[in-house]
Amino acid sequence: MGSYRWNWPILLADPYYGWIVSGFGNTCLIAVLAWSIAFPLGSAIGIARTTELRPLRLVGTIYVEVFRNIPLLAQMFLWYFVVPELLPQDWGHWVKRDMPYPQFLTSVLCLGLYTASRVAEQVRSGLEAIPRGQHHAGLAMGLTPAQVYRYVRLPVAYRIIIPSLTSDFLGVFKNSSLALTIGVLELTSQARQIEEYTFAAFEAFATATLLYCAVTGIVILAMRQVERRTRIPGTIAIGAQ
Amino acid sequence: MGGGFDFAVLIRNAPFLWGGMVLTLQLTALAVTGGLALGLVLAVLRLSRIPFAPALVAGYVNFLRSMPLILAIFWFYTLIPKLTGQSVSSFYSVLIAFILFEAAYYSEIIRAGISSVRRGQIAAALALGLSNAQAMRYVVLPQAIRNMIPVLLTQSIVMLQDTSLVYVVGLRDFLTTADIVAGRDSRPVELYMFVALTFLVVCFSASRLVNRLRRRYAL
Repeated sequence: MGSYRWNWPILLADPYYGWIVSGFGNTCLIAVLAWSIAFPLGSAIGIARTTELRPLRLVGTIYVEVFRNIPLLAQMFLWYFVVPELLPQDWGHWVKRDMPYPQFLTSVLCLGLYTASRVAEQVRSGLEAIPRGQHHAGLAMGLTPAQVYRYVRLPVAYRIIIPSLTSDFLGVFKNSSLALTIGVLELTSQARQIEEYTFAAFEAFATATLLYCAVTGIVILAMRQVERRTRIPGTIAIGAQ
Repeated sequence: MGGGFDFAVLIRNAPFLWGGMVLTLQLTALAVTGGLALGLVLAVLRLSRIPFAPALVAGYVNFLRSMPLILAIFWFYTLIPKLTGQSVSSFYSVLIAFILFEAAYYSEIIRAGISSVRRGQIAAALALGLSNAQAMRYVVLPQAIRNMIPVLLTQSIVMLQDTSLVYVVGLRDFLTTADIVAGRDSRPVELYMFVALTFLVVCFSASRLVNRLRRRYAL
């Protein structure tokens, strides 16, 4: 690439520096907010799929299959273009005219509901990995089924699935880039915009890539510590090696 | 919106949408083939004792896995023409991005499949007088392939869904053609619902088949 003219300082110039900072901020904010929908909702659905109640299990299964088998980008378009049309008229009006930050909130909702289906599968597999005997022992000791979940099964299940939940969180962090398709100025779209304004493609994309890698690295290291500290005695945890 | 659902718009535009579907399927097939081939090479290198190879492959895999696919698509879309000095069709730049990206995921699945075969099996094969290559061919690989095929197929279903991201460079796949019609005929509800339902039916049936396969061939 001999003819390529390097221009790193352009990234520190106004307004491009501000674009990167605000894009990075939006990316992190979308990821955290979407995760705060995905984690509780996904946990509830995952638990629903392990209960004895058939209707609850069915609802959980349908949720997971629907959200997992439609491309995330198509889901983004459904939430942004289709759902406001299908809502009752005054709700639709509110969403289209008065809702603050429509693109941002839509992408948070979309990513949160999609990621919930992945969290649900992890929680279910964590719960199913625990021997049935523990469940029965809890019931025999006089705990209610809800108490068995709360005090026996969930504390163990969550500790088993920490690595998978970490990768799901990193998944939503990376998937936040899809928000650019409905006009949210997150990190990837800001890099693209800098490329269009300055032709400094390599510099802009490298900076974005570096920021994604940095966050990924930090999250993985932090979660290894969490995993090590919450390790169930007698099992193998990556962070303990 | 002109009020009410208008399914005629789907029939009117069926040939155009089908063209998009064909591109989606072509892209998926080529990316899966290329990704598997490169992924296999990466997995073998990572399990090999060639100096530096395992660390380099690990670096490659972790690097690509911490980057969003959209960013990878943009990288190749803007940089391949700059590096080679000639314009490359967006289909090929996207295909290269998908192959390099998916190979990272496939290689991890293949590596896990090979590693899942217990060491004792190799020791037993060698003790029976098989050569290293024979132990690999007749003992390790048949078990490894059974373990990893369902996961590889599931990843390929994910890949089929991910091809819709070519939308960001305007390549006319299934979702993008539907988007074009939605804008031109002002029928977003019908078009996006049609795309979502089509993917839902295809991917759900495919994942059911994979589950049956998994149960039938599980060790």
